[in-house]
Amino acid sequence: MSSHAHANTPAPDTGDAVPGYYEVMETAVRELLIEKKVIGAGEIRQMLEVMDTRTPALGSKIVARAWVDPEFRARLLANGRATLEELGIDFFEDTQLIVLENTDSVHNLVVCTLCSCYPREILGLPPDWYKMKPYRARAVKEPRAVLAEFGTVIPDDVEIRVSDSTSMIRFLVLPQRPKGTEGFTEEQLAALVTRDAMIGVVRASNPEMKEKSR
Amino acid sequence: MSQELGRSVKPLANIVKAEGAEPLFQAGDAVKISVRFPVGHYRVPTYIRGKRARVEAVVEPAAINNEDEGFGRNAGVKRHYYRIAIPLSELWKGYAGSKNDGLRIEVFETWLERS
Repeated sequence: MSSHAHANTPAPDTGDAVPGYYEVMETAVRELLIEKKVIGAGEIRQMLEVMDTRTPALGSKIVARAWVDPEFRARLLANGRATLEELGIDFFEDTQLIVLENTDSVHNLVVCTLCSCYPREILGLPPDWYKMKPYRARAVKEPRAVLAEFGTVIPDDVEIRVSDSTSMIRFLVLPQRPKGTEGFTEEQLAALVTRDAMIGVVRASNPEMKEKSR
Repeated sequence: MSQELGRSVKPLANIVKAEGAEPLFQAGDAVKISVRFPVGHYRVPTYIRGKRARVEAVVEPAAINNEDEGFGRNAGVKRHYYRIAIPLSELWKGYAGSKNDGLRIEVFETWLERS
């Protein structure tokens, strides 16, 4: 454990507090599932271990591949899950994946208004703002204002499509390949794809081009 | 985007489905989201209930009714989810953005009515 950087930083929650309603419910359900042998005690830990290996870097590789390989891109758009399974990326249960392609005329944005559904298989855990109510409520009601707050201004003649993930489908935004990246390798391209670009709150950008335009 | 998500080849015609799960709606159908408020948690956000929408795609494969299974009732046959398109101007009075802006959301067959 590292020492506290600031004297007035509150001590981390070490579990002394009285557990809340949902924490108690989670513990009770988990213990029942283990007691009834629906799951084994090690399975939750193992799942967390799997989750820790899934990060946005995986999504970036998928996007970069789609940018350089039109046949892969076509298959990915037709059936996200089956195509990624061919790459060895397995999915949790019946979750399907729809890959949403941004174009000159359409900008896609992903949200889960009911909770925090997210393509965890390829992006890992969602950012905190994705799980919080302001983003969840506003993304479907005033997406242009939300995007502007992320620094993304979408022209009026570009259609915004907000995909609300509520059930068994997860969404990955395939951002547009930035200009000036024609000679880039797949690896260099992957480095331009951020988590936020794959949620749709920003575009993928080429830092060299940004410097030039300044 | 393909008309039937999850399918990469065109299926053969006239195959009777083992579980009887033929989709009731097709891409392009006009639908309305049911207005119902059953007790419990349902994966149909209230802000879309009662709204007019269009089926953009049938989602394959057919799925069990989570809402029955989730409450301990065997759902029996599988049914489809649909990718539904609703203009944001239909959802929100006085929506300020482009009239082309829209929502896409997956809705289970039992929540859709013909419109």
